[in-house]
Amino acid sequence: MAPPAIRIENLTVVHGRRPAVHHLSGSVAAGSLTAIVGPNGAGKTTLLRAIAGLHPPAEGRVSLAGRVALLPQAAALDRGFPISCRDVVLLGLWGRVGAFAPMPPDAAERAEAALAAVGLSGFARRPVGTLSAGQFQRLLFARLLLQDAPILLLDEPFTAVDARTAADLLAIIRRWHGEGRTILAVLHDLDLVRAEFPEALLLAREAIAWGPTEQALSAGNRLRARMMAEAWDDTAAACARDAA
Amino acid sequence: MIEALFGPFAEFSFLRRALVGCLALSVSAAPLGMVLMLRRMSLTGDVLAHGILPGVAAGFLVGGVSVVALAAGGLAGGLAVALGAGALSRATGGREDASLAAAYLVALAFGVALVSTVADSVEVMALLFGSVLGVDDAALLLMCGVATLTLFVLAFAWRPLVLECFDPGFAAAEGARGGLWHLVFLALVVLNVVAAIAALGTLMAVGLLMLPAIAARHWAAEVAGIAKVAAGIGAGASVLGLLISYHADLPSGPAIVLAAGAAWAVSVGAGPVDSLLVRFARRRHLAG
Repeated sequence: MAPPAIRIENLTVVHGRRPAVHHLSGSVAAGSLTAIVGPNGAGKTTLLRAIAGLHPPAEGRVSLAGRVALLPQAAALDRGFPISCRDVVLLGLWGRVGAFAPMPPDAAERAEAALAAVGLSGFARRPVGTLSAGQFQRLLFARLLLQDAPILLLDEPFTAVDARTAADLLAIIRRWHGEGRTILAVLHDLDLVRAEFPEALLLAREAIAWGPTEQALSAGNRLRARMMAEAWDDTAAACARDAA
Repeated sequence: MIEALFGPFAEFSFLRRALVGCLALSVSAAPLGMVLMLRRMSLTGDVLAHGILPGVAAGFLVGGVSVVALAAGGLAGGLAVALGAGALSRATGGREDASLAAAYLVALAFGVALVSTVADSVEVMALLFGSVLGVDDAALLLMCGVATLTLFVLAFAWRPLVLECFDPGFAAAEGARGGLWHLVFLALVVLNVVAAIAALGTLMAVGLLMLPAIAARHWAAEVAGIAKVAAGIGAGASVLGLLISYHADLPSGPAIVLAAGAAWAVSVGAGPVDSLLVRFARRRHLAG
């Protein structure tokens, strides 16, 4: 069996001292397509950020078998920024080009091809301020295409986009899955998760269930996740759980 | 007319020095002001300029009206405020604007108190609002040197700086060292403000930094275009401001800033991007 793409060992990530992800262990098989589901405040975004190396863990570790690319929540970006669509897509080459090296000669072509693949042909010179929410999300997918990473972390890729855009973006995710990339996506639409994602992690700071989607998202598990997320102990003592 | 435009510069070498220095700083300060604006740090430049005053005053106490003493003191004061206030706010739970406001109010009051104990009122005016007479050879070298250094560093740091502005999360995920570049950038801002003190004064130095950039936002839709337009507006405001200062016998700092302010008023009123004209002009909508 191939080694896992992502291995998470006893991971705890805190905001202040409050654990957002608590003693999480598990692994994501290479080439798998996994949905992360859970109530608001369950630590889904924090987990993705920890895997991407943006949020240092308080305890435990994450090991990766390759480069990761993170799709942030679109709402976190300044959509009025004076930058063209082409330049945003070209940021996807940062991992290879960095701050100083010149762009490869075919960069413009690749940006154009990536824009075409997400249905934004002819948008290269448009400033991002002129895009709708759905078009902006397509643009971020185009940047992911250029990043060409074997491990993809998608934070709420379908939030605030219409059905047509969601369907197009889902087609890209299927294509990535077909290419053998490992995909981890935070999602809220359970019907979509059941239909498209073979694996699911039900998260409520800890893993409530992790495995084949149908079992993981059973009614009992979902109820437990809701209770866990709502439990908030103001008098909680320092966690003494064995750091196994 | 020709005489009014060129005569003063032809006649007085101190005006020529001030002009060359301000033109150099217009080019280097414009992109810095643009980055400050894009990071929603437009007021930070102001804070830096005020924070510089106690340092400048201390330099004045030690070395009198010497560019080296003023610049060294200003550099130390500006960096202390910029880095100190940022670190303090992170350590005490955010609200960077509150820490910055507190730091600059104290710094400004302290600086004015310090200066007024030793300097006469003419010197205080020159320190606060600039004087073309203050631009001697050393000040001119400082202005041109800082502009040169700034443009070289920006040429290298342009890509990471713009990335850090637009998508700091992506920059961090890709290991682009956004924080480091941000510190380099802040140091450049302080250097530019310090270099502008001789001609514009501590209180007005930031005018050449922010106003052209804010005005240029209404003329271009991409960062490169904004930076170029801002440099042009800054240069124009420098020429116009020095002429106003000469003919109307005003301090050069406010004159240059007022000229840049006029450019801003025109831009926000009638520029092609996000201006009042675009917002309120009743033009027939397009067919598709």
